Amino acid sequence: MKNIVYILLGTFLGIVLYKSEAASWFRIYEMFQFDSFHMYGIIGSALAVGVVLVFWIKKSKVKSFTGELISIPDKEKSFARYILGGTLFGLGWALAGACPGPIYILVGAGYWPIVIVLIGAILGAFVYGLVRARLPH
Amino acid sequence: MLYQPWPWYVAGPLIAIIMALLILMGKKFGMSSNLETFCSLGGAGKFSDYFKVDTKSKRWNLMVVLGSVLGGFLGAQWLSPNPAVDISEQTVIKLKDLGFESAGAAYLPTELFSIEALANPKVWIILLVAGFLVGFGTRYAGGCTSGHAISGLSNLQRPSLIAVIGFFIGGLAMVHLLFPLIFEA
Repeated sequence: MKNIVYILLGTFLGIVLYKSEAASWFRIYEMFQFDSFHMYGIIGSALAVGVVLVFWIKKSKVKSFTGELISIPDKEKSFARYILGGTLFGLGWALAGACPGPIYILVGAGYWPIVIVLIGAILGAFVYGLVRARLPH
Repeated sequence: MLYQPWPWYVAGPLIAIIMALLILMGKKFGMSSNLETFCSLGGAGKFSDYFKVDTKSKRWNLMVVLGSVLGGFLGAQWLSPNPAVDISEQTVIKLKDLGFESAGAAYLPTELFSIEALANPKVWIILLVAGFLVGFGTRYAGGCTSGHAISGLSNLQRPSLIAVIGFFIGGLAMVHLLFPLIFEA
């Protein structure tokens, strides 16, 4: 039953990102060229609403739908992993024109070459797991 | 309305609501951790203890992925009679200079994302390397656009701000410095 809710949320996310063109390679390129407000509008308005919702969830100590306490853990403190990992991710994001969510969405949309990107991404996550002990974190 | 591209002020708040619903389900909004779950399911635990995790506890997120695939299918097949993305005129000019003739006329550049494009081995390398950077980078940074730019910044996390600054350093370097080298027309 709960699985169906997650599938529905994912489906909704997929439709929103596809229809708003956040899953379009062209929109990502345009964003990094600062040629349009579109992507900044999506991220900015998501944040404006997101900050209020997260604040409300934390402040009101509302319980989850299944009655558990909600905890939103703070991100681990560090600089190196975020700036280095973030930069590598950004290089890939701009070249692939898709971050992980849109990669899955584009598989569904039938753009088959995105499967190569997905395989590359899984490989990248795998290699990170192998070498992570030797990286600055 | 539904069949036109959705404006940013509709999409952004809806994304935030999806994030909030996941938090209210006792979970979180993060798409890239699924890449690690795929590794674990594929037996990566044999090579590194990092991948020895209880994949059952990650199943909910795989359901979100499954839904995303379905959403992409519905969005593309039923809700988009005209998939061309109406990017700005300057962007079209810049892309045509780089050899992207499909700029302004498609959802994704056919120069990279059509079956015909795969006849060129260079395209395979570009897509594979791009994916690798996404997968490696997002796990190193501990999150991607959903986990850091949306969830982390919504929770006012300084680490997420550092990661997002990294996203832009990498993205700007790729588009402005490396694209002219990779896609010489």
